[in-house]
Amino acid sequence: MTVAGPTLSQRAQKLRRLALESIAAAGSGHPGGSLSAADIVAVLFFQELRWHEKDPLWPLRDRFILSKGHAAPILYAALAETGRIPEESLQTLRRTGSPLQGHPSVKDLPWVEASTGSLGQGLSIGLGHALAGKMDGLDFRVFVLLGDGELNEGQVWEAAMAASHYGLQNLVAIVDQNGFQLDGATDAIMGLGPLPAKWEAFGWQVEEVNGHDVAELQRALAIPRPRWEEKGRPRVIIAHTVKGKGVSFMEGNNAFHGRAPTPEELKKALWELGGEAP
Amino acid sequence: MTEMGPSTREAYGQALLQLGRQDPRIVVLDGDLSTSTMTRYFAKEFPQRFFNMGIAEANMVGAAAGLSRSGKIPFISSFATFLMSKGYDQMRMAIAYSKANVKLVGSHGGISVGEDGVSQQSVEDLALARSLPGFYVACPADGPSTAAVIRAAAYHPGPVYVRVGRPPAPLVYREPAAFAFGRAPVLRQGRDVTIAALGLMVPEALKAADMLAEKGYEARVLDLVSVKPLDTHTLIQAAEETGAMVVAEEHLLAGGVGSAVAMLLSQFRPIPLAFVGMEDTYAESGKPAELFQKYGLTAENIAWKAEALITRYRRR
Repeated sequence: MTVAGPTLSQRAQKLRRLALESIAAAGSGHPGGSLSAADIVAVLFFQELRWHEKDPLWPLRDRFILSKGHAAPILYAALAETGRIPEESLQTLRRTGSPLQGHPSVKDLPWVEASTGSLGQGLSIGLGHALAGKMDGLDFRVFVLLGDGELNEGQVWEAAMAASHYGLQNLVAIVDQNGFQLDGATDAIMGLGPLPAKWEAFGWQVEEVNGHDVAELQRALAIPRPRWEEKGRPRVIIAHTVKGKGVSFMEGNNAFHGRAPTPEELKKALWELGGEAP
Repeated sequence: MTEMGPSTREAYGQALLQLGRQDPRIVVLDGDLSTSTMTRYFAKEFPQRFFNMGIAEANMVGAAAGLSRSGKIPFISSFATFLMSKGYDQMRMAIAYSKANVKLVGSHGGISVGEDGVSQQSVEDLALARSLPGFYVACPADGPSTAAVIRAAAYHPGPVYVRVGRPPAPLVYREPAAFAFGRAPVLRQGRDVTIAALGLMVPEALKAADMLAEKGYEARVLDLVSVKPLDTHTLIQAAEETGAMVVAEEHLLAGGVGSAVAMLLSQFRPIPLAFVGMEDTYAESGKPAELFQKYGLTAENIAWKAEALITRYRRR
């Protein structure tokens, strides 16, 4: 018998609310890219990731690396909602002395797996974990969440080349393709297309999904554990998302790339996200 | 005459092989230079623990951070200039800031790379490495010292950068050499002046001490193999007892080891100092010995600066 808990969509909405509340409490942060990643993060944290509740370094854990480090609030929300960190700590985001640094810091918070925020680095770090897994014949998987603007960084493609060279079937890149970067639309700043063909050319298995369709994400992120006796390839999931997803006045509004909502905006946003009426 | 030994890169390659035999956690990454950095010995014996990452240093540094968090002890190698310059942001974020247990070994340090010219000559790697919080930094003078440094680096719980060089290095030590981070071996005692040197400048410093002895000056010679942390005790003691110091390095003076020594001594024991190193310039192609001559990285220049300090500031 199973007890019906919140659905993954409801979980994602809760993560969005917690992320926005923490950003508002901090008075700064990045709402847009946090909201676009919420459904992906919810499916990973509430369904896919194998972890040990006491040991962030448990050797068999599935690794999750938030390469787009500015979406830290959605990661912290997931850590709180899964009991890894206390929910109250979300209110300390960006405060002096808090483990919840403006961008993830593994030194301050071991659950975040990698220090990110200088874009382009997460896939390489994930590659290192994946190489170690292959060396030791372990069956953990490594999920790295990248922004689409982040793909401008050459290092991402260095890592992409190496991952297919080493046949890292345990490495999964997820691109949160919300179509915007700081200065504007990704197509206007630095065209990425044709993105699936680029990853394919680098030797990756490519899948495109709607990054807000939880059922689709569940299916796509159910990556089989590596079977090292067989050859395999790394996989990329290109998730089509909406920047600011779930809040009408933030959706596709790049003004909310990197500014906190006002108290009034927060109230309205929380209500739209299934919170209490303002 | 001084007996020649292996290059420090050769000694690194051999030391790494020994370590690999003793400890299965040791893994090695190289950026398509393994036949030059000498990680090839390790690669040949332990192909499963050697990763050639191609000509992509940034990715190599990041991958090493991931390997270390998954329980390995990664050594990563390239030419010093490519490793430090192209992998710097990754060292900052994924290694220094993250306190990752990664060992970085830059070969072809300094202008003694020679004929390949400026693009391959690293004259800023020590400044860059030393600026990373938590990094330990070493620059051994010869083969035996390199072996000791590499063993110590492997089991220091944190990031380490080691600079090794291309040409054969005159022997300063006998096997097995002793090394500890934060210790500067006193290679020669003296009370008139101190010469603190590192890498290939150590044998030059010893020659300079011989030259000074012919003029009746006794120079103390320190090996600053541990660039960070410096041996504060030995340096301050030398400052107190000799009253003047020349620091000699195959590196830009800006941000180099001389500047670290100056910062230390100016706080605790201010004395007249002089510096031998690259003066706000790159070098060029040429034979290493000719380049050392042209850019003043010689025993003669060290001795000349030491004598000038002694005659100008002599108090006793």
